[in-house]
Amino acid sequence: MSQKILNELALLPTTLGHHLLLSLSALLAGLLICLPLAVLVSRVKALQFPALTFASVVQTVPGLALLALMVPLLGQIGFLPAFLALVLYSMLPILHNTITGILGVDRSVVEAARGIGMTTLQQLFKVELPLAAPVIIAGIRTSAVWVVGTATLATPVGATSLGNHIFSGLQTQNMAAVLVGSIAAAGLAVALDQLIRLLESATRQKSRRLGISSLVGLLLLSLVGVAPLVRDRAAGDRSAGSPVVVGAKTFTEQYVLAELLTLTLKQAGLPAVSRSSLGSTILFDALVAGQVDCYVDYSGTLWANIMKRQDIPSRATLLEQLSQWLQERHRVKLLGSLGFENTYALAIPKEKSEKQRISTLVELSAHAPAWRIGSDYEFFSRPEWLALKEKYQLRFAEQRTFDPSLMYAAIQTGSVDVISAYSTDGRIIDYNLVVLEDPQGALPPYDAVLLLAPGAAERPAVVEALSPLLGAITDQNIREANRMVDLEQRPIAEAVSFLWKAVEKRKAASR
Amino acid sequence: MIQLERVSKFYGQSTTLAVREVDLEIQAGEMLVLVGESGCGKTTTLKMINRLVEPSRGRVAVNGTDVRDTDPIALRRTIGYVFQGIGLFPHMSVAENIGIVPKLLKWEPNKIGDRVDELLDMVALPPGKYRQRLPAELSGGQQQRVGVARALAGRPQIMLMDEPFGALDPITRDSLRSEFKALHRSFGLTVVMVTHDMTEALFMADRIAVMQQGRLLQVGTPQQLLARPEHSHVAALLETPRRHAALLEALMRAAKP
Repeated sequence: MSQKILNELALLPTTLGHHLLLSLSALLAGLLICLPLAVLVSRVKALQFPALTFASVVQTVPGLALLALMVPLLGQIGFLPAFLALVLYSMLPILHNTITGILGVDRSVVEAARGIGMTTLQQLFKVELPLAAPVIIAGIRTSAVWVVGTATLATPVGATSLGNHIFSGLQTQNMAAVLVGSIAAAGLAVALDQLIRLLESATRQKSRRLGISSLVGLLLLSLVGVAPLVRDRAAGDRSAGSPVVVGAKTFTEQYVLAELLTLTLKQAGLPAVSRSSLGSTILFDALVAGQVDCYVDYSGTLWANIMKRQDIPSRATLLEQLSQWLQERHRVKLLGSLGFENTYALAIPKEKSEKQRISTLVELSAHAPAWRIGSDYEFFSRPEWLALKEKYQLRFAEQRTFDPSLMYAAIQTGSVDVISAYSTDGRIIDYNLVVLEDPQGALPPYDAVLLLAPGAAERPAVVEALSPLLGAITDQNIREANRMVDLEQRPIAEAVSFLWKAVEKRKAASR
Repeated sequence: MIQLERVSKFYGQSTTLAVREVDLEIQAGEMLVLVGESGCGKTTTLKMINRLVEPSRGRVAVNGTDVRDTDPIALRRTIGYVFQGIGLFPHMSVAENIGIVPKLLKWEPNKIGDRVDELLDMVALPPGKYRQRLPAELSGGQQQRVGVARALAGRPQIMLMDEPFGALDPITRDSLRSEFKALHRSFGLTVVMVTHDMTEALFMADRIAVMQQGRLLQVGTPQQLLARPEHSHVAALLETPRRHAALLEALMRAAKP
């Protein structure tokens, strides 16, 4: 455990820095937009309803959805969509409290300010804002806590944040990582909140000592936030070519493969960086836009979700048509298959399978009405699930959604009877599960394929470096790599070096 | 000093006038009291003098100049104003409240400090004790003394007072009235005061202007009003002080041995 914590702590300066940069800049932008807007709204009654309604509606959108929505809207991933979503998220408390604060100032005091000859601006700055300050500051503090907390969700849209620890930790069952990320985020939120509180009481008590110490605190936080910018610039100067960006979705296999791709590129002398924990469709969009240069996707996923095809042709036909379509429609190059398949499959405990003689989906359908099925976030909304339901007339007593890492615990404890598993998952063996056969071919093939962005496809060095990976990884290889991380809790780097050796062995054999 | 010529005020598209065709001239050094019931237009009339309210029709002149030709901000800084709700700034100390107009007029800080102390002495609040207090730490009477000091700070020649003693208890009100009357005399201030209390008007005014439903009914000295009310409403307003006086007289006679 302690080694794991140390590993996470080593990453903390980077994630914390990016997290701070993102949160503080979003909060600052929120302030710069909302304070003048609130003053305007407090003057013009007609604007009150639309402004507050807009901010409230934004607030009701779940944080992760708001962040994800920014990606197609802006056509890119990374800092900008996360920043914009957080700015929107910061608005309501600041706007609401500033308007309430200004309107709450005793009218007779405002009248007095006017009557003794203050200009409109003097009324605002000498009377209204100072009197509304406690309410306004309370709004800013709420907003700061929300923004710091929500910034952890920036990881799936490709911005580095403390969420990196949390998302990868949840996927790889590394609770040390989840803890480090959560505690750091909570600590940061509390620290920022208290510094703003200190600054307020300093101005109210006119205490120079308090004021200076809170400003020093805020300055230190800002310095930590600016650090990644400085470091990135320094790193940029050192390596001439822009680094190849390797993407990964949010599960262990993807993390391992992304690191394998990164390692392969680096071994070939190409600078490379990995961007992990991106949402599934966000990642494809980022590839098309050239913000991610390469990643591994699955043929069936692309076929159903990106091409929107409902039919299920043979493996070879599917690959050929997919490859052609990607090239023509998006100028994305499908370099080839890695050699293994990661298909969705329904799995049940081995004991149940033997006792009730169930080994195929046909046999399952008779028991389904009395059983409960558990799945990850995605499966029930995917066309594959509809196809399965229809082909085998599957009707379950209950459908439950889990985080993938908790789904296996659910079937082990008997909370559900069937789960949607990934066929490459090492846990199938360890949890003593049986994958049910699909005799009618309802599920499309899910070959792991290597995709290159339009720009990367034109760099021969990249193509040449990655080509040796094609056809080099077997089902057993990937399952073992997944097992090492998910079940033996070994670091991702170990699984990567295991795969690296397997690829080398295969190369040597084919030579 | 102050002239109102056929001044009217109506709000929006409304046909009922808040103030209708008021003609009034206030002499330098005079204390004129506007009396009437709530909503009679007396406060609106007062506010048109320093352009807190703009007249819809008619002309207002201060020191011979049409107020429409003056900068409203500069105009307000040269006219002292005492407010109905006292209107002290709760986040500023007593000294900051009193010094605000000189500060807006960009006086030297030393000069402002001296002026604040001078005024605090004048309204009987020892500066050493009260300078740094916040308004919330003062009694109602003390707050309005600060309010009066604030209005006097910029050395105005004209003071506007909107029900200045309305929120105070009777004893404090009475002592503040006499103190202010003394201040008025010693500075030769021109004062326009609004009240709904005819007794207060009779005690304080050089001349009284009675208003009803936006109209000016009668203007005259307290003696003139008592001797010859020209309107039934004026007579009705005078009825209360008369009755009180008669009652008191009877009681005092009976109390004598």
